[in-house]
Amino acid sequence: MDFLGILTTSITSAIGPVAAIYALAIIGLNMHFGYTGLLNFGQVGFMLVGAYGVAVCVGTFGLPLSVGVAASILCAVVLALLMGIPTLRLRADYLAICTIAVAEGLRFVYRAPFARDLTGGVFGRQNLSDGFRELNPFPPGRYGVGDITFSSPHLWTMVVTWSLVLVSCLIMWSLMHSPWGRVIKGIREDEDAVRSLGKNVFVYKLQSLVIGGVFGALAGVMIALHQASVTPDQFRPQVTFYLWAMLLLGGAGRTWGPVIGSVVMWFLLTFTDETMRALDQMGWLPFVTGGELGAVRHALVGLILVLLIIYRPQGLIGNRREMLVNVK
Amino acid sequence: MSNNGVGLDEVSADADGTGRARADLTGVAAEPGSAKPDPILVADRVRRSFGGLTAVDVEHLEVQRGTVTALIGPNGAGKSTLFNVLTGFDGSDSGSWTFQGGRINGLPGHQVARRGMVRTFQLTKALTRLSVLENMLLAAPGQTGERLLGSFLRWYWSRQEQRNQRQAEELLERFRLTHMRDEIAGSLSGGQRKLLEMARALMVQPSMVMLDEPMAGVNPVLVESLLEHISALRDEGTTILFVEHDMDVIMGISDWIIVLAEGRVIAEGRPDDIRSNQTVIDAYLGTQHDETTRSNGGATGNDGAAQGTEETR
Repeated sequence: MDFLGILTTSITSAIGPVAAIYALAIIGLNMHFGYTGLLNFGQVGFMLVGAYGVAVCVGTFGLPLSVGVAASILCAVVLALLMGIPTLRLRADYLAICTIAVAEGLRFVYRAPFARDLTGGVFGRQNLSDGFRELNPFPPGRYGVGDITFSSPHLWTMVVTWSLVLVSCLIMWSLMHSPWGRVIKGIREDEDAVRSLGKNVFVYKLQSLVIGGVFGALAGVMIALHQASVTPDQFRPQVTFYLWAMLLLGGAGRTWGPVIGSVVMWFLLTFTDETMRALDQMGWLPFVTGGELGAVRHALVGLILVLLIIYRPQGLIGNRREMLVNVK
Repeated sequence: MSNNGVGLDEVSADADGTGRARADLTGVAAEPGSAKPDPILVADRVRRSFGGLTAVDVEHLEVQRGTVTALIGPNGAGKSTLFNVLTGFDGSDSGSWTFQGGRINGLPGHQVARRGMVRTFQLTKALTRLSVLENMLLAAPGQTGERLLGSFLRWYWSRQEQRNQRQAEELLERFRLTHMRDEIAGSLSGGQRKLLEMARALMVQPSMVMLDEPMAGVNPVLVESLLEHISALRDEGTTILFVEHDMDVIMGISDWIIVLAEGRVIAEGRPDDIRSNQTVIDAYLGTQHDETTRSNGGATGNDGAAQGTEETR
């Protein structure tokens, strides 16, 4: 078994562009759930409108990339307001219901035949990242250390996305270590208490939803640029649940939780995947073969998550005492 | 903690808060809906019903500024509902009420709080995963850093933050919570949480504090200290309206008592008026029980005994 090969593949995936994109989306989810306590089960919806902001502006109308990014952010703000204004005055569960339904509804609208002229329907849009790749300062070739290498376009996406992640983390740190963040965290604990102290809880929750949504949209933009194409069916609900799993793995309510969650989870996913494949090739695996490996991989990841929740509910970098304070 | 100097001309030779508050209330008729010389809160025809049940139906209610006013009544009398309605935490079917002369009916809870009427809750709401100090700082009003964009201007709000922190530390000192300053509020005991909640309410610099059962589930020693805090607040000029069940506490500390039963104000008056009020005794303490309670030297409101009386009827 080529253990070193498995390890390098796993590390490549853990620090690769996709992990960075997920980290960015999780930072948004962390704003919602980790700090404000909003149950957003439709983060993928923000990613979708973000990706399609670019897809429609660049792919359909041939506008420059900057317009596309601006449109993506605008779409996320509008989506957050549309979902937040009716539900954020109600109990927390209503936002959860609303987000999961809206995210899935959006996917169907974007892939519907009537939207084909605009979004490309089920086929989506292609050739989206010309503008982005023109900016690539790295000459063609492979870059990296040892066996962990990336092609020039991937490296460029990685640099941009991880930079965005870094800037986002700094913004989040600054927000959360300010009186604004204190109110937000207070709302997570008990919004009536915060209201009784003269804070307009609704406005704070709306602001949180918008900010987290914009991070989600930026992740969507990077998906469009990384793949150079977008199809609606890649924004299925399970993406949101991967994001949740990664957030809980890393540690909700922590600045670096999303980054660590994404990196570790992608490492684990690829590692189990590659190991299974290697074992399968050697014929060491009973019961399962080739096509069934994907399912086993998910089962294994599920098992890891269950163990985590039982033995380390605060995530990898969370504070156990804080986590368990309400469990008595 | 502001609003001193109200009704000073009426202060008798007795300089302490009890004397002043009671002097202000001399001559006020002990009857439901009686007018007060200087009311801070005036409510008219407040109605709140849940389906067919009318929880609150208050014709007229005034709370005198700078007094400790108790709101009492049997279980289900509508005390908490009235609290929620007045503080904007629950809607009302009808009615209007003013606070310091300004209309506040229909305002959401946070705006009522900003006008200086701050409430606490029956079930303590400590923000458990925030530190005790953060709990306090959160409550400070008018913070620049509390606005989304303002939060990035660190240099701009840090001085304000320091000022608030000094004030918070003074309050923590006063409520004997200084040693818990950096602990998360979730690690406080039930009684300490009550103290924290009261201290936190004071950070808003309210002119009126509404305490919903501040003594519930608190040990006797802490009850004493909570009572001292309440009297001290009143002496500083803050108006206090509180809901409570412990009769000894109520009779001991209140300047004025409002009795609610089935949503209506059935009696009002000084503790002595209430103690001897037949309507109250009928509704609340149990009819045949008054002889015993009087011989005990105070209406202790023994619920078990009152219930027993009802059962033998």
